[in-house]
Amino acid sequence: MIKLTADNAFKILTAIIAASAAIILTINAYTLTGGSMPVLQRFGAYFFTGTTWNPIEGREMFGALPYVLGTLVTSAIALLIGVPLSLGIAIFLAEMAPKTLKVPISYLVELLAAVPSVIYGLWGLFVLRFWMQNYIETPLSTYLSWIPIFSGTPFGLDILTGGVILAIMIIPTVASVSREVIDAVPDSIREGAYSIGATKWEVITHWVLSYGRSGIFGAAILGLGRAVGETMAVTMVIGNAIGPSAMPTSLFKPGQTMSSLIANGFLESTTPIEKSAYIGVGLILLLLSLLINIAAHLMVTRVLKIKGGAVE
Amino acid sequence: MRNTTKIAIGIAAIAIIVGAIASYIYLSQSGQQLGPATLNGAGATFPQPFLNATITKYTRDIRTNLQINYQAVGSGQGISSLTTKVVDFAASDAPLSASQRQNAPNALHIPETIGAVTLAYKIPSIPSGLNLTGEVIAKIYLGNITNWNDAEIQNLNAGMILPDHAIYTVHRSDSSGTTRIFTTYLSSVSSSWASHVGSGTSVQWIGGVGANGNAAVASTVSQTPYAIGYVELAYALQTAMTVASVKNPAGNYIVPSLASTTTAVQSGASGGLPAGDQDWGSVSLLNTPAAQAYPIVSFTYLLVYRELNVTSGMDKTKATQLVQFLWYVVHDGQQLAPALEYATLPSNVVQIDETSIESITYNGEHLPTS
Repeated sequence: MIKLTADNAFKILTAIIAASAAIILTINAYTLTGGSMPVLQRFGAYFFTGTTWNPIEGREMFGALPYVLGTLVTSAIALLIGVPLSLGIAIFLAEMAPKTLKVPISYLVELLAAVPSVIYGLWGLFVLRFWMQNYIETPLSTYLSWIPIFSGTPFGLDILTGGVILAIMIIPTVASVSREVIDAVPDSIREGAYSIGATKWEVITHWVLSYGRSGIFGAAILGLGRAVGETMAVTMVIGNAIGPSAMPTSLFKPGQTMSSLIANGFLESTTPIEKSAYIGVGLILLLLSLLINIAAHLMVTRVLKIKGGAVE
Repeated sequence: MRNTTKIAIGIAAIAIIVGAIASYIYLSQSGQQLGPATLNGAGATFPQPFLNATITKYTRDIRTNLQINYQAVGSGQGISSLTTKVVDFAASDAPLSASQRQNAPNALHIPETIGAVTLAYKIPSIPSGLNLTGEVIAKIYLGNITNWNDAEIQNLNAGMILPDHAIYTVHRSDSSGTTRIFTTYLSSVSSSWASHVGSGTSVQWIGGVGANGNAAVASTVSQTPYAIGYVELAYALQTAMTVASVKNPAGNYIVPSLASTTTAVQSGASGGLPAGDQDWGSVSLLNTPAAQAYPIVSFTYLLVYRELNVTSGMDKTKATQLVQFLWYVVHDGQQLAPALEYATLPSNVVQIDETSIESITYNGEHLPTS
């Protein structure tokens, strides 16, 4: 018999609070699976491989492939652009910046993460879109339109702009985690490298980044997690195409991600099967996000273990 | 002594009972004296500005003990809230479908205001005056007409120099009543549209850019040269967008306006409308025959049960308050519509609404409408 002392009560209370995280995730997964059953039973594999999305009563067909691909393509663009920029920021802050700059710039980078995504979306819709259309997409389309991914008429509200907005949004996450990782690289590594005559460039690229690579990879995956789930900003600039026309065959085509599809349609879905289709897309999104976060967690803990035993 | 006390108590008791009954009769006869109540409604976003204005005016100036909450969660959600009986009234841009009527038996359709869909465009060299027909609009959205100087558009606009530039089409990406009106119109004028796309609150668009909400469609069109998009009339008028004239069955190109919308309703309703509890699925204000009627017009409805005791938390005071609010919306409330760029209901529609509202009961008892 455990005596109910204040200490024990506190223990139990914190245990309950800690368990709530697991409970919420389980409830989420359970609800999503249950809710998506009708659409999975009716359309089976077509739900994952089909491209038609027709909610009209009597003509219902639901295939989520264009939005899964749309999510992956925009997130890939975000990583391609966002990770090198973030690494530049992280290296400057960790290795080169004088103390007087390091603190304010780190703070500013982290502040970027606090900007609500709808603000990025509005800025994307009213400003970035025209920069993209006039200075990037029009030249690319004029000279490189023979490459399939640059085909089509640049409009500014398309997959590329969606990817660029995401790149901007993942920079704070990726940059600050990467800076922590680089900071965690033991000085003995740098000293050893300098002592054999390496230049600063060589020290950073050959030793520091290579030592912290799994942590940096983890940082990129964390950014990917944010990119995959981001909704509002993407919805505002991606062009929200639907059905086969949402297949991301060109960067200059309007597309759709899973989260923007749900944001657009779920609230006013009229038939039970349509609602179930949106919930099914939510389930795919949840699974994808879980996979990404588990991967990131494994990567980051690996580097933290190395940091813990930095004497090696 | 004892007996007199008894008699005195008896008289007092009778007096209290009689007084209570008298004041009850008095109170229930005069609307102003109705007890306080809270009404909850949910549904379409399109009539929200109009509904909010009527609710504010009614609860501030006329019925201060009444509180009305309207949540603009969309027509679909509004109808499902009505079906599950968690709201006292719903608003929908679409009439109830056959299956929805089964789930919400004896729900009344009360046309509350009128929606029209305009084709807004932005062509730098053409600040106004573009003419379009339903067939051409359908072909543009089907991707059959892709250029502004296409012969089919040129034929409708003799003498206008149309630019040699691709057309960007903009549509609603969210599910909306505006989309339903627009696609129903296109289905009615183009068999190709009806078979390839069809009509509904959201459809599978062939191409083009989707924007979330009237505001986003409007801003996308107005910022993008050579774009065309469809927006709600009230929104187009408020933001002073350039809109196309659309050819009606009489052969005239009609500028969308409150007047041409009201003309369409008068014309569409002149052939008779169903009673409030009947099927409104076939009611159409599209392509009405009047010479000056704008062709893309539709009702938006308040939905309420004819027997109010089915709704959870309903009592007689609340039911009476609801009936009198509905009465206000279709009568004095209509005066608020023009300032908000909504068309007022013509008198033949108001009469049908009156019959519907008068048929509402609580526990089988009819309720005073004022």
